[in-house]
Parts: sequence; structure tokens; C-alpha cells
Amino acid sequence: MSSNSFAYNEQSGGGEATELGQEATSTISPSGAFGLFSSDLKKNEDLKQMLESTKDSAKLDAMKRIVGMIAKGKNASELFPAVVKNVASKNIEIKKLVYVYLVRYAEEQQDLALLSISTFQRALKDPNQLIRASALRVLSSIRVPIIVPIMMLAIKEASADLSPYVRKNAAHAIQKLYSLDPEQKEMLIEVIEKLLKDKSTLVAGSVVMAFEEVCPDRIDLIHKNYRKLCNLLVDVEEWGQVVIIHMLTRYARTQFVSPWKEDDGLEDNEKNFYESDDEQKEKTDQRKKPYTMDPDHRLLIRNTKPLLQSRNAAVVMAVAQLYWHISPKSEVGIISKSLVRLLRSNREVQYIVLQNIATMSIQRKGMFEPYLKSFYVRSTDPTMIKTLKLEILTNLANEANISTLLREFQTYVKSQDKQFAAATIQTIGRCATNISEVTDTCLNGLVCLLSNRDEIVVAESVVVIKKLLQMQPAQHGEIIKHMAKLLDSITVPVARASILWLIGENCERVPKIAPDVLRKMAKSFTSEDDLVKLQILNLGAKLYLTNSRQTKLLTQYILNLGKYDQNYDIRDRTRFIRQLIVPNEKSGALSKYAKKIFLAQKPAPLLESPFKDRDHFQLGTLSHTLNTKATGYLELSNWPEVAPDPSVRNVEVIELAKEWTPAGKAKKENPAKKFYSESEEEEDSSDSSSDSESESGSASGEQDEGDSSDDSSEESSSEHGSDSESASEVGDKRTAKRNSKSKGKSDSEDGEKENEKSKTSDSSSADSSSEEESSSDSESESESESESESRKVTKEKEKKKTKQDRNPLTKDVSLLDLDDFNPVSTPVALPTPALSPSLIADLEGLNLSTSSSVISVNTPVFVPVKTHVLLHRMSGRGLAAHYFFPRQPCIFGDKMVSVQITLNNTTDRKIENIHIGGKKLPMGMQMHVFNPIESLEPEGSITVSMGIDFCDSTQTASFQLCTKDDCFNVNIQPPVGELLLPVAMSEKDFKKEQGMLTGMNETSTVIIAAPQNFTPSVILQKVVNVANVGVVPSGQDNIHRFAAKTVHSGSLMLVTVELKEGSTAQLIINTERTVIGSVLLRELKPVLSQG
Amino acid sequence: MIHSLFLINSSGDIFLEKHWKSVVSRSVCDYFFEAQERATEAENVPPVIPTPHHYLLSVYRHKIFFVAVIQTEVPPLFVIEFLHRVVDTFQVTNVGTSFLLDSCPVIDAIIDKSGSTITAEIQGVIDACVKLTGMPDLTLSFMNPRLLDDVSFHPCVRFKRWESERILSFIPPDGNFRLLSYHVSAQNLVAIPVYVKHNISFRDSSSLGRFEITVGPKQTMGKTIEGVIVTSQMPKGVLNMSLTPSQGTHTFDPVTKMLSWDVGKINPQKLPSLKGTMSLQAGASKPDENPTINLQFKIQQLAISGLKVNRLDMYGEKYKPFKGIKYMTKAGKFQVRT
Repeated sequence: MSSNSFAYNEQSGGGEATELGQEATSTISPSGAFGLFSSDLKKNEDLKQMLESTKDSAKLDAMKRIVGMIAKGKNASELFPAVVKNVASKNIEIKKLVYVYLVRYAEEQQDLALLSISTFQRALKDPNQLIRASALRVLSSIRVPIIVPIMMLAIKEASADLSPYVRKNAAHAIQKLYSLDPEQKEMLIEVIEKLLKDKSTLVAGSVVMAFEEVCPDRIDLIHKNYRKLCNLLVDVEEWGQVVIIHMLTRYARTQFVSPWKEDDGLEDNEKNFYESDDEQKEKTDQRKKPYTMDPDHRLLIRNTKPLLQSRNAAVVMAVAQLYWHISPKSEVGIISKSLVRLLRSNREVQYIVLQNIATMSIQRKGMFEPYLKSFYVRSTDPTMIKTLKLEILTNLANEANISTLLREFQTYVKSQDKQFAAATIQTIGRCATNISEVTDTCLNGLVCLLSNRDEIVVAESVVVIKKLLQMQPAQHGEIIKHMAKLLDSITVPVARASILWLIGENCERVPKIAPDVLRKMAKSFTSEDDLVKLQILNLGAKLYLTNSRQTKLLTQYILNLGKYDQNYDIRDRTRFIRQLIVPNEKSGALSKYAKKIFLAQKPAPLLESPFKDRDHFQLGTLSHTLNTKATGYLELSNWPEVAPDPSVRNVEVIELAKEWTPAGKAKKENPAKKFYSESEEEEDSSDSSSDSESESGSASGEQDEGDSSDDSSEESSSEHGSDSESASEVGDKRTAKRNSKSKGKSDSEDGEKENEKSKTSDSSSADSSSEEESSSDSESESESESESESRKVTKEKEKKKTKQDRNPLTKDVSLLDLDDFNPVSTPVALPTPALSPSLIADLEGLNLSTSSSVISVNTPVFVPVKTHVLLHRMSGRGLAAHYFFPRQPCIFGDKMVSVQITLNNTTDRKIENIHIGGKKLPMGMQMHVFNPIESLEPEGSITVSMGIDFCDSTQTASFQLCTKDDCFNVNIQPPVGELLLPVAMSEKDFKKEQGMLTGMNETSTVIIAAPQNFTPSVILQKVVNVANVGVVPSGQDNIHRFAAKTVHSGSLMLVTVELKEGSTAQLIINTERTVIGSVLLRELKPVLSQG
Repeated sequence: MIHSLFLINSSGDIFLEKHWKSVVSRSVCDYFFEAQERATEAENVPPVIPTPHHYLLSVYRHKIFFVAVIQTEVPPLFVIEFLHRVVDTFQVTNVGTSFLLDSCPVIDAIIDKSGSTITAEIQGVIDACVKLTGMPDLTLSFMNPRLLDDVSFHPCVRFKRWESERILSFIPPDGNFRLLSYHVSAQNLVAIPVYVKHNISFRDSSSLGRFEITVGPKQTMGKTIEGVIVTSQMPKGVLNMSLTPSQGTHTFDPVTKMLSWDVGKINPQKLPSLKGTMSLQAGASKPDENPTINLQFKIQQLAISGLKVNRLDMYGEKYKPFKGIKYMTKAGKFQVRT
């Protein structure tokens, strides 16, 4: 212990003062102190005792204090044995804290840490995914080399876990294992390869992160997953998006040809940085044929665009750099606005964003010029932000805006922040050189600043003026005289040195002043700064050469002073100058050229932006910010001259017959629930079935018989091969598709419209044959669908090529929900409510008409004539009302159950104005009332229709039935069987749906009845009498299946009657709506049992 | 990505550390302390500091530095944004039935000496406080969505729906979150709601200067301007100020030279003013620049951006939520140069 704390103190080094401060505070805080004081040892004893305690509360308390110590950086390693005992604690809170402790100290106490490993191994098999994941997390965080094989095994297993959350953690663990033991690289790459194929949005970000860390050069692993990543991108969590976008940027630069045309604008300097001239020429030659963008390239650019709206600055920046590096120059402009938006964020975000804008604005002023005023400096900005803004303003300055900018700069020069004022002066100098129109104005302005009271401002002005004058040496004698006077007052060495240099250079233009200056300098030589002394020597030398008559002695005096200076640089310089300018027998041939050497025409300094060369680095990276290559920086490669084979990105396609089902009913009905969970849950099952195979694995069986040309390799794809000409279109549609899908999750209407749109554009597009069209359709479908629906649709693949007899499946009753198909607009009398298939057919185009795979609402098998009393004539004062359920889809709303009410007048006078009065409906329930009936003749009878949305419950709808004179309270309580609409589906689909609705969603009971009750017709009759269900054709005689969906939510309701030995039968109901399910079970059971 | 995290308080103590990979000695923070010393002010500490073996990326919030230690190339914004998110994450989950929106347009402006506007822009946020049981699906529509020039959304908002219909459709998370932030296009002229009349004069070789400012309403659509606070960083030469406010309280810190005047409400009949003299360092010459005046204010019930919520509907749950929206215009970075 003591050795530990000693080592620790050594480490802290300079921070000792803070250490002391901490110790002081820690004595006050009850939990903190540890280390130097003897009383602390006692405290540890006390913690150990608490850990030994039988009470969880005491243990928890102790662990909290220990973790507190760790967080404060105190050493708690001594407690390892006591803590590790608790690793198997049942208490989850204690367990968590023990994990935290273990992760911190396992590396130091490896042997003891091994004791805990078996606990994690057990936990890796826990049925709870959260426990599996956290066990993996801790296991991979324990940095003990001996358990590397165990970690490797755990990662492999977790990467095949059913839970995407666990798989995500497996991806995280890869990085940790790699940092612990880089030897495992090859094995880890295998896991990465497998996880890259994962279709869960949860996993995508994490596995790409692992990829970037472990094997960023294995770009070949990305090919097959490229399109999937592009399509998933919008739905990946934001941190994953950043990583994926950066990776895809690099990918694009290796796989696509440059979209930057030669004539892309004068501002385009980038090519100069990346290519030599020769290369360019070659390129121009090659560019005879017009450039067409690879559709995959386009896909990436398009799919990242919405992310510019992200709230996450890192995502916005990532997209911005992607556009900068890979999009055509004409499209980069859209990122400016988003980047400017980020400037309203915290100072750190501003800092990074401004740096990147600075780099961009050098090459492309136009991008940010409209936002000029967004870069105006506020007095409250931190200095680093101010200088960056100034940098950008300078880059943006041009003839048109310079006068405005100079006015703005005037304010900045007066700023109390002198560092910033100095930077502004530099800026003015740069503007003066860049824009020749204002050079004189700027120079005059700077000269005015020479009389500023602040020395820093003056000094900076001198330096800048010196540079400006150097560019136009003529006719500035006045300024030089002015500056010579400044030597009396100004003390800043750089400025003095600058003035001296300037006078020396122009000594022939100011012949009277220069020797005088030298005289003054000779007096003060000894007290000058080294920098100034060097310039005095230079001035002396120059004057000696041009005006030796006046200055010979002065110069020699100065050279003598220099000879004995303390600084060897000055002594050296003195010796050098003396040899060069004072002719003697020892001086060599050079002295003849002394004048040329000293008074050569010197090139003017280039005032340029410090951000000039930063675009070597990929924007948005740490290396760009630091302007040096950071560890692990990955170069952005140049565009290839010739694009590598684009077909490597083709993936096995799972063809799908239906085009527009993503706007699925269930998704619309329950968007909240489905928003995230659905795809993942489904993936679980799909993954489990096809882990070892490729995505297409599950489809392969049918594919083989259907399409012999399709070769057996997982990777190859017959679809893709054929549609390469129409590829660009495919890409487009794929994106559209993707869009419609993401939208479809929340609202089917949009998805639907979008699809219609894309479809019309297909058919109208002249250059695509119908064949291409169909193949591209199916491709785009599978591309976007595959993640969530592949399981359902795989069997649909190839079907249309063989037979198209398959009955529709899955959940697409959504047609009825769409505005376009709202039944109100269709003839009410139409006997079949399933008008949808024909409409689908119209929309789908020929290729899909017969195989559209939907759950269509069927006509009711049977409509019972049973009526229920709504209002008895006795209580209704002669008005009698009955209601019955016609089992038709309601014309008033697709979530409503139709109810027909028959009104009878049993009195001998007219009943007038029959209408519905006040309604007392349970929450959410809605009712569409019938139009008031003006009058009902004596003995007359009239039937009216109503719609009631019961919200899938058997709750009573109470309302008032009113006449001109009276109001009667009446109720309608629906039998559960009337809350359904029959559904037609195949036996196979039924089984599949049933397979998904197990567990909690399944209720069953055993029925005992006489055998004559179990004939098919009797069962059918009994079931449809009770419930409005559709009959599913059954291959087995002893099993009867019925399918329906609930009217409100559209959830499937699957009823199975399975006849057993003797006179028993099993009645099974599968549905998500378990409440209605069990009510239906209760109602069916007695009906089926009785004779 | 992030190797370790250190939290450092204003007195330079590392009071919390956390390591995700191997333990990095806290002595790495010495590089940070050096940079801090050089920067003199906390906000000038560079957010990215390279050290021989690590990179230190930091954010400064609530007077605490959150210093992340990085070992390899990483997008710096990734880390910075993440650290800010860590600081932000103090959300409370709730069960209830209310949905409250706060629409806060913020006006940023720089006004020059003569009172004309150099730059002015309006940006705004709509913050939501949601306490809704279940999974409500909400749609929010605006009267005038065209005003929005540039928007960014909380991830819950369905972007496609916005693009096609200009409607915000989302399932909100519980608690407080920022639903939307936006910028109003620059073409729309910004109505500046306040003006400042100022007369601040220094004279060379005089030990007294005059100081007088008056704040008044300009274009407020009849709404009261509240919570007005005037701050100004006075030049170094000002030793003290002797001022009389017509209302509110004022302070002058002779060390930091910060003048602060808490005005409160502006009564248009009797405009608040602050008058008096400044005692200047004897013999010192007058400063180059008059101090900039920073203004804070609030205007209740005024949406200066013109952005109004049209309606909010809820689907997917059966109860009726309590809905409300509050508009309040605030000053952001509102500076008057004198």
C-alpha cells in the first residue's frame, strides 16, 4: 500500500500542490481520505469489515465508498480480496459496483482477478440479455492477458447472440481485446466480418468502430455491406453515424472516380494538392467520355444529406466533410448553412467548426460569403474564437465586401483585447496584399495606427507595414521617415528591428535620415535586444557599402561593440560582416560582391493563411485540428483513375413480389411500439436461422429450383448482374425506397405516395425497359426490406418466375387505411370489402398483379341474423330499436365496427326527429351517428347504419336515442366476435404468423364434446357464428384454422381448433391483443362444447 | 475512443477520474494545467491540446473542465459533443399527461455607435417538457413554417414528414428536451425591440469621465420588456464609478472593471437611466475604445421570429393531454458598440 501511494505521488509530479489540497479536503469528507495518514488504515479495516458483513446494505455502503475513492484517484487496490468475494452477490447494485472495482484493479492483481472469471462465464449464459451484455463488458475490460482465450471465445459467442444489444457489446469488446492483445487480430477480423453483415442498426455503428480500430485497411470487408450501411445510416444511433460516415468517406475515395470536373470553377485548387500535372493531363485524356456517377456513390451522398439536420454537431460535421471530400463541387454548397448553424453552439464546437470553415473558405470563398456577417466578432467571444473568425473574414474578403470589412476591422483594432487587435492588424495586411484596390487604403490606415498609444498595436503595425512596403518599395519615403521617428519611442524589439531593416533596405531613398538613425543606434547598442542588435549590424553594413563617407567610423564602432558582445550569434555576425565589407588582404573574392549580397532585391514575404495547407488532412479529424498527423490517422486516398469493379458491392438479392408493403398496417397502427423494437426482434429470429449462411441463405432452397442460372455461391447475384446498365436508376429508386421505408415506419400514407411516385416515374421513364424495371424494383425492395422483412419474404423470391399461386401473406390491410382508398369514396353497396387487391393490381403494374402478397380482408363467411335489443318498445314509449352487426367494413371509418339499427314505430302516431343525443363513450371510443330521421310513420320501420370504434374492447357504448319529445339512454355492447374482420391467408402464412404469436400471445383450452360436434361443418358454423373470422384452408382434416384481424388496431387473431383423440379438442388463440383473445376463447369454448 | 476522463474544478483539483482502458496517470493533466496557465482565462483554454503520447480534449461547463484523454485519431467534435451530452444528461422520466412547449426566439445583434444595426439575426429553440404516459404520437404544425430557414431536430422527429409536409411528427421522449432549433432566414428584417442611448465620454488628462445610458423600447408590439440587465466591461483606466440609476440596482467591480445594472422592467413612460461619473486614473490617457454594452432582456408572449404553433395533435393514446405553449423572446448576444 505504502509503496503504491509513493509511486503515485511521484507520478503526480508537478501537481503536488493540488494533491495537498485534496488531502485537505478529503479529511473533511467522510468517505475520501486514504493514503498518507495512519488513521486511514483503520478506515480500510472498517471497509473490510463492512464487506464481510452479512447485510447487503453495509456491503453496498462500503462499495459506494470504495468506488468513490477510485473516482477520486485514491488507491484502493489493497481491498481487492475483500471486494472480489462479492462478485457473485445477488444484489444487482453491489454487483455493479464490484464490476467497476474489478475493471479498475484487475490488471494490478491478476491472480486474484482470475477468481472472478467463472462468475462472468456463467453470466454470459444468463437468459437476460442485459446481464449477458454486462458480463461481456466487464470480462473484456479486465485487462488480464491470461484470459485472452476466454475473451475471444466469449466475443465469438456473443457475436452470434440473438440479442442485438449483446452483439453490439461484442463489437465493443473487440476493440478492448485488440488493445490488450494485438496478436488476436486475425481472429477478431473474422468476428468483425460476421458482425458487419448484421442488419441491426444497433450493431452497425459499433462494428464499424471496431473495424476502424482493428483493420481499417480491409476495405474489402465493406463492399458487400456498403449499400446496407448507406441505407441503415439514418436509423443508426448518432455516434455510430459519425464513425460510419467517416469510414464511408474513405471508402468512397478508393472505389469511385472523381466527380470533380476540370472546369469545376476557378476556386478549385484541390487538384493541385492531390495530383501532379502529368497525372492531370492523363486524366483529361481519359475524360473524353462524359462522367457518370456510380449509383453507389450517389446513394451515399444522398443518404447522408438528411443528417445535416442532426442535432449532433459531430454528425453534421461528418456529413459536411463527406460532402467536401466526395461530392461533386456543385453540391458542396448545401453544407454551409448547417455549419454556420453549429456556430451557435458551445465555444468548443465553435472552435472546431471555425477551423474547418477556415480551411474550406480558402478554397471556396463562395460557399461562405453569404454568411459573412455570421463571422463578425463579438467582444464576448473568447480570443481563440475571435482569431478564427478573423481568419475566415480574411479569406472571404474580396473587392465587393472589403470596404464593409475594413470598417468592421476598424472596430476590432480598438478592442481592449490587444492580442486580438494585433491579429486584426495582420489581417488588414493580408487584405491589403490580396486585394490590390485597397492596398493604399490599408497602408494609410496602418500608418495612422503608428500613432496609437498602445505599443502592441504600433509594433504589429510596423511589422505589417514593413511587409507591405517590401512589396512596393517605391515612393514610400514619407512612411519610412515617419517610422524612423518612432524609434525614439517604441520599445518592442520586433518593431524596432523591423524599422531598422526597412531603413537599411531603403537607405538610398532616405540618405539624410539613415546615417542619423545609425548614429542613435550606436549610442544605444549595448542596451538593445539581440534581435535589434543584429539589425543594427545589418544597417551599418548596408550604409557602409552605400555611404561609407558618412558612416565608415560609425560602422566600425558598432562592429567593435559587436565583437565583444555576450551573445555569440552577434559576435559571429560581426565577424562575418567585417570580413565581407571591410576590404583587406585576407578577405576573399566575395567582398567584391558585398553590395550585391547585402542589397539584393529580396522577395516580398507571402502573407498567407495558416490554414492554407491544412486540406492535406481529412476535414473534421483531430489531425486537421492540430495540423499534424495524429496517431492512427488514416490518409484519404486520391481518387482512382479507373474505378474498381463496382460489382463487388452487389449482394445476393432476395426478391420480393410486393412492392409497397413496407407501409405496413401494423407499423402504422402502432408506430410507437414498432419504431425501434420491431426490426430488432425480428432480426433476432432471422439471424438465428441464418447465422451461418449469408443473407440469402434462407432463400437458397427455393432459389435453386427456381433459377438454375443462379450459381450456388453466396456472393454472386443473378439479379445484379443483369441490371448493371440501369444501375443508376436502381440507385435512385433504392434511395426513394429507403426513404419511404423509414417514413413508413411512422406513417404509411407518405410511404405510399412516395412509392406511387416512384412507380409512375418508372413507367414513364423512357430509357428503361420493363424488364429492367421489374428487376430494379425487386432489387430496391429487397435492399431496403431485407433488414426487417427478409424472413417473411424470402420464400416469395423467384416465385413469380415459377408459379404465382401463392396466397398473399403478411400484414397489408393498410390499403384500407390510406386516404386514397378510404372506403367512403367507394360504393358502399359493394358486397366484398376486399376491393383492395384490384386497386393494388392497378398500381403495381403487370408484373406484380397476381402475386401481391397481402392480407386481404375477406368477405364474412357468415352473417348471423341475430339482433339485439337496443330499446324496448315499452321503455321507448312505443319506439323500439334493435341493432345487429352486418359484419361489413364500416363506411364511416376503417377503425369502426358497422352497426345497423332498425327502428320501429309501434305507436299510432308519427314519431318525429329521431336522432342520437348525448354520448357517453369510454376514452378513445368514437362513434359515427346516423343522420336524424325526420319522421317515422305509425307501424313504420327504418334501418340506419352507424359506425362505432370500440377500440378493440368490449366496453359499452352508451348514448341517448332521442325523439322530438324524449330521450332514452341506450347501450351497445359488442360481442367480442364482432370486433373482428375476416382475413384470408394461406395455411403456410397462418403457421408463420402463429409462430410469431406464441408465449404470452397464445391462449388455449381443451374442449370436450360429442364427436358429432366435431365435424368440420359444425365447427365452422359454430365458430363463424360467434366470431367474424375467415376460414384458412387446411391441409389436415383434424385441424381447423380461422384468421381475422381486429377492427381497430388490425392485430391478427388466429383461431385454431385441433381435434384430438377421443372427444377432445384443443382450442388455441394467438393474438397480440391478449385480452380480446381470452374473451373470445371464453365465448367459443361453451359454444363448441355444447351439442 | 475516449481513454480516460478527468473532471477538474475551478481551483485546479482533479476531483473525479474514470478510465475505460488502461489507467492513464493523472499527471497527464499537467499539460492541461500548463495550457490553462497560458490561457489566463478559462474560456481561452484550447479545446484540443496535444501532448507527447495523448491528446487532451476538453469542454468547460459549469466552471468545471471535462478533460477527455484520447490516444488515436478521432473526430474532435465526436468527443466534444459527447462530453457536452454527458453534462446535459440529467433527464427525469415522468408519468403524466402534459405536454408543454417553450418557444424561445433569441435575437442576436450588433448595434453600432449611431444606433444602426450592423448584424441582427433571430434563431430560436422550441423546448418541450413532456410528461405523457404511454407512447403518444404527436404532430405539431406551424402557422408559418416558411419562416424557418435552417432547422435541426431532436432525433425523435420524422424528418421525411417535415420535408414533405412541414409538419413535425414525433413520439416524444419523456422529460425536458430540445425539440427543434431553427434560424430565421436573413432576408426577413429583424425588428430590434430595444434601443440604448448612451453618452460615455473620457477626456484626456482629466480624472473624471461622464457616463450616461438610457434604455428604451423600440418595436415590442405593445409587450413589456422585462428582465433587462445591462453589462459593460469598462476600460482599465476606470478606477471607480459613481452612478445613480433611476430604477434597479447596479454594481461596479473595481477589480474586473465590470459594470452591471439590473434594470428590471422598462416602463415606456419613465425610461430607466443610469447616470454619473467615472473616476479615472490620473494622468492616464483616454482609452481608444468606448466600452461595449451588452444587453439581456426578455419579452413575454412575443414571438419575435413570427413563428407560431398552429396546432398539436396526439395519436396513439386515448387520453387528452394538457397542452400549452409559452412564447418568450430573449436577447442572445445583443451588443451595442459605443
